[in-house]
Order: sequence, then structure tokens, then C-alpha cells
Amino acid sequence: MQAEQISIFIENKAGRLSDVTAILAEAGINIRALAVADTSDFGVLRLIVDNNAKADAALKNAGFTVRKTRVVAVKVDDTPGGLHRILEVLKNAGINVEYMYAFIHQSGDKAIMIFRFDHTEEAIKILMEKGITVVDGKTLSTL
Amino acid sequence: MRQEIEKKLNLDAIDIYGLSEVMGPGVSVECLEAKKGLHIFEDHFIPEIIHPNTGEVLPYGESGELVFTTITKEAFPLLRYRTRDITTLNPDPCICGRTLVRMDKVRGRSDDMLIIRGVNVFPSQIESVIMQTKGVEPHYQLIVDRKDNLDTLTVRVEINEKLFSDEVKKLQELENRISKDIKETLGVSAKVQLAEPKSIARSEGKAARVIDNRKI
Ligand SMILES: [Zn+2]
Repeated sequence: MQAEQISIFIENKAGRLSDVTAILAEAGINIRALAVADTSDFGVLRLIVDNNAKADAALKNAGFTVRKTRVVAVKVDDTPGGLHRILEVLKNAGINVEYMYAFIHQSGDKAIMIFRFDHTEEAIKILMEKGITVVDGKTLSTL
Repeated sequence: MRQEIEKKLNLDAIDIYGLSEVMGPGVSVECLEAKKGLHIFEDHFIPEIIHPNTGEVLPYGESGELVFTTITKEAFPLLRYRTRDITTLNPDPCICGRTLVRMDKVRGRSDDMLIIRGVNVFPSQIESVIMQTKGVEPHYQLIVDRKDNLDTLTVRVEINEKLFSDEVKKLQELENRISKDIKETLGVSAKVQLAEPKSIARSEGKAARVIDNRKI
């Protein structure tokens, strides 16, 4: 039930992000979700793409430091309080969210959020117990 | 490391110093009895320690650049030859009975020495701190600058796949750990900055490792 994210180390300098998007564009890879966490001198770019293996190879080939990370894609009601409900479930179960970001997804009344937990398996179990839909990586890439 | 070599190979390991301009290895050597400093063969070489910038001769015990004059070398004698090696001289009597002055292990090169807020810093010292951190490769760069009349030192260290984490927190912890180790070992505050792999120039010699922006 897990999804895979690609994380890339980038220095904070002009044009570095577009270097990454250029490589992915050239390799014909579609970016489905993206988040950047940064400090004053570096950033970590987190991506959900439609072809991990291809993206990983293209980026490594260009000299980037790439890591694959297990994340969880969760369906969220696209209504007020939708995200809050999920965070409440996690909070009550004592599960820590390392970070999260939105997945680009058109159509329907559901949004998808990508979560990174320190205890992934446990988080998935609790979410499913509470009737929250977890989207697996295969389904995610077809959305 | 010496103890490890001695233990594993069941032998005595001693330091030998020399430079090809003089004669190669053998200019000075440790004695088996003390293994504390290298006796310089003063019947062949006259050692002096000078201040690397002013050239002033420094008294025994003070750290500076080692200079040699050869007494017995023929065809190619050297007069007050500057080795660029930084060390100290110790004239105290040795337990082995030799009266030859002893030099300390070479601590750095005078052409590499940086003075940061009054502290002498050798890139080699920072390199050894970086090498102690697990998984870090010795690709680094030192950037010295002056902000508000104070020297600043930035140490750029290359990231690799083993060290990289998708969590910014963990990467910052790594930066802080190296910075703390540098402070503890050298007594100098340094800002550690992670850099992309292969972003630091290779094979341009030691000098390229240091960018000193203070020079007017
Ligand atoms: Zn001795």
C-alpha cells in the first residue's frame, strides 16, 4: 500500500530546479506531485513521477544524488475539515508526520495527499482501520 | 594508528622525516626508546624554526616553518632552505641518550596555513575531522571571508547517496555534527554547508581547496 517518492539533493542556486525539470522532460517523465523543503543553502526536492526507475536513472546519470523513499498516498475529502480528520486520526494514534504535500489530481470530490511517516506500516494500518483510503503506488501512477 | 600497526604486525613503528630536496627520508627519525619526536641529524643539517610570514627565527618550542641548512651535502648544498612544513623543535635531553634536537610531527604546510580569528588552521586538520565522520568523502572546500571585521569559515562538504536523506532535519544534523567536531578539535567556529556531488573541483592541487576572500 505504499507509494514511492524520489528525493533529490539540490544546492540553493539559480536554475538548479529547472535543471531537474529539464532532465525529466527530456526523459519523457511526468511530474505528478512536487514539494521542496529548503534551508538557506540546500534543498530537498521530493517528487512523485509516473516512472520512478526511468527518473532515477536519468537524474543519477546527470550526477544528482537521488534516493527513493516510501511514502503513503491518502485520499482526502475535498471539503472543509477533510485533512483535519486524517491528522486527528494520526495524532490520536501517536503517529508522527515527517512531512506531507498535495498530489495533483483532477476530477472527483477527493484530493490526494502524500505523507511521509517515520513508521510507515503502522500509519497505513491505522488509516485503513479508520476507513481512510490509502492509494497504492501502482494506482497512483495511473491517476 | 601506530599502535594498531604495531600490535597487528608485532613490530615497532617509528616516524621518519625527509624531503627530496635534502636527501629524501632520513633527515630526522624517531628513536625506539622514546618515540616522542624525531631526532634531527644535526651533524649534517642545521634546523631552524621561522615565522612563515616575517622570516623571524623563533625560539625552541614555538611552532613555525622548518628551515634547513646542509653542512655535508655536496654539489647541491642548501642554505636556510624553507621546507614549508610547520613543526616545533624540542632541545630537551631524550631518554635514549641522544642530544640531537627533536622535531615534532609535521602539523601542516605554511603555504596552506590560514589564520582565522587569530587561530592557525591547516586544511589538513579540517580534512581529518571530516574523515572521522562516517560516510563522508574527503571532498571539501574551505571558504574564508570577513564579515563585520570578523573572519568567517565555511566548510563545503559533498553529499553522497549514503549520507543523503529526504528529511532536511537529518541533513542539518549532519552539518551541525561536523561543525561541532571542527569547533572541538580546532577551536574555530565553522559553518558547514552540504554541496552537490562533484561540485567541488578535483585534482587542482591543495590550493584549490581554499578560497580566501579576505585578500585585499
Ligand atoms: Zn631519543
